[in-house]
Amino acid sequence: MFSALSEKLESAFKKLRGQARISESNVSDAMQDIRMALLEADVDFKVTKDLVETVTKQSVGSEVLLKVSPGQQIVKIFHDELVKLLGSESSALNLEPPQRILMTGLNGAGKTTTSAKLANWLKKQGRRPLLLALDLYRPAAVKQLQVLGQQLNVPVFAPAEGETDPVRAAKAAMVWLKEQGNGVAIFDTAGRQDLDEELLAELKRVRAVVEPNEILLVADAATGQQAVSVAQKFNAAVGITGLIMTKLDGDARGGALLSMRQVTGCAVKFLGVGEKIDQLEIFHPDRMAQRILGMGDVVGLVEKA
Amino acid sequence: MAGFFKSLIQRFTKPDIDWDELEASLISGDLGPRLALQIVADLKSRQRTLHGADIVQVAREHVRKILPESVPALEPIPGRPKVLLIVGVNGTGKTTSTAKLAHLLHRRGHKVVLAAADTFRAAAVEQLTVWSERLQIPLVKGPPNGDPASVCFDGYEKALKTGADFLICDTAGRLHTKHNLMEELKKIHRILGRKDEESPHEVLLVCDATTGSNALQQAREFNKAIPLTGVIVTKLDGSGKGGVLVAIQQELSVPTRFIGLGESVDDFQVFDSKRFVDELL
Ligand SMILES: Nc1nc2c(ncn2[C@@H]2O[C@H](COP(=O)(O)OP(=O)(O)OP(=O)(O)O)[C@@H](O)[C@H]2O)c(=O)[nH]1
Ligand SMILES: Nc1nc2c(ncn2[C@@H]2O[C@H](COP(=O)(O)OP(=O)(O)OP(=O)(O)O)[C@@H](O)[C@H]2O)c(=O)[nH]1
Ligand SMILES: [Mg+2]
Ligand SMILES: [Mg+2]
Repeated sequence: MFSALSEKLESAFKKLRGQARISESNVSDAMQDIRMALLEADVDFKVTKDLVETVTKQSVGSEVLLKVSPGQQIVKIFHDELVKLLGSESSALNLEPPQRILMTGLNGAGKTTTSAKLANWLKKQGRRPLLLALDLYRPAAVKQLQVLGQQLNVPVFAPAEGETDPVRAAKAAMVWLKEQGNGVAIFDTAGRQDLDEELLAELKRVRAVVEPNEILLVADAATGQQAVSVAQKFNAAVGITGLIMTKLDGDARGGALLSMRQVTGCAVKFLGVGEKIDQLEIFHPDRMAQRILGMGDVVGLVEKA
Repeated sequence: MAGFFKSLIQRFTKPDIDWDELEASLISGDLGPRLALQIVADLKSRQRTLHGADIVQVAREHVRKILPESVPALEPIPGRPKVLLIVGVNGTGKTTSTAKLAHLLHRRGHKVVLAAADTFRAAAVEQLTVWSERLQIPLVKGPPNGDPASVCFDGYEKALKTGADFLICDTAGRLHTKHNLMEELKKIHRILGRKDEESPHEVLLVCDATTGSNALQQAREFNKAIPLTGVIVTKLDGSGKGGVLVAIQQELSVPTRFIGLGESVDDFQVFDSKRFVDELL
């Protein structure tokens, strides 16, 4: 079964049958369709433009494979290019000492839920996770992490009642951490907007106290064209070391991940695929590329050809 | 809230219009590639008559025409509570918007009751409880993992009994692709209609301004499950432009009613299409 995109490409390539090579003129309609597919998947405008140019260059002059249609062949070239951009297979969490992970991201992206998911994953790896709540803004944010920690049977640090300063809370969290002994510490922070200079500066101060060796940017799969700005601003403020995309259990195509990956150069560590604590998946660039293009198993077909 | 048209104004006053640049600016505002291309194509076809005109202004007019000039106000209904059902995908700002809306109505002198119908997410009830205490607005809640429809029903009873003007029901976040969760929403809708056929009187979809094309799909699916009467666009204090509200209006005729501009209860405004187009675009 092919997706709408593949079907469209079929018609764009009707003319090409019987020819030996793909030429510039017969590629342009197809490129329009693919460009639209990428934009609808929320791939950044500029990233899309560059991608289409690269692939056009690669396709023109390439030999037409006999067993697959040229449409499928072009999709495959796109797919491979996307995989390249998305990076290698899931790179593992950095669990070198001091084993401290700082969770960051926009409001509502899924930081608190993902903190618990990571704790669960670490537990399964035989590690000892610790959760530390540093969100003092959102009502009941600390409670949310406590409830999740309880479900997992993982110790949770909660700032003192009435604490309003996240930096002071971070200092107290470090004292608590020392008392806890060895373990992988996951610090949940408040959500903030990328234009909020003040809150980004505060995050920077929190980072200075926590000294994490892994700083993860958590982003919603439905993020639109602002993905570049978001990744840039967070990266500039605190230096991102990895990406996690959440809510991939929906039908958002997740093109924002491509932009975030481009801008930060950071690997994608995990994907969130549900609200439950065990719904965390390893990242596979090829599956993600297929999702972004919105296509079926064209790739497998072309590989066999 | 930096506008994506603003940076372009000078560039377009010269005789050659840079269509690619215009298209890029529309797409980067998350207007959606299809709508963006449609607008560009439309303007291109009028190229002759546009000679010398400020193309940004023309594009702006074009967008403004899609949006209604004003949105219906939230007036109470005499003798019974007006029920507002707040829905949307995970993390968009439903609970915060529920509090903001309650605060706005409260300030207008109305009596409000809240229903905490997110019985699923960790500490969701506690979150709304904190708001209800801060705002001094009564809240109805049920047991953890209880039936959200019955929480809403209890909320209605309480609102009716206490002579409240409004009942606002906060629901759990749900992705529009989850069949059972959408069925649960239909049930809430049905139960709310038991005592008053017209209830819920408003179904407001909460959309995050940072969301891209998927917001339109969210709106389609929620609207299919329970007819929407409006959209609340949140987080417009960020870099998200919320352009997709234009596509939602165009395709589904569901107007944006309120916007969220921050995390505190006062960061909330009635949607003003003129301001949106002038300032955001
Ligand atoms: N369907 C789905 N929902 C998710 C996923 N990850 C998180 N969520 C939901 O998204 C919503 C927001 O998640 P939170 O963990 O509270 O997000 P946050 O980033 O901590 O939010 P703030 O602290 O307010 O900025 C909740 O309803 C979660 O259950 C996911 O992978 N899939
Ligand atoms: N900057 C900003 N943050 C907002 C706005 N509206 C909500 N938020 C934040 O977004 C995050 C999620 O808000 P909630 O109200 O919990 O979202 P929700 O839709 O109820 O989430 P779930 O119930 O988990 O699906 C919180 O950190 C809120 O403070 C807004 O207009 N601007
Ligand atoms: Mg959180
Ligand atoms: Mg909520």
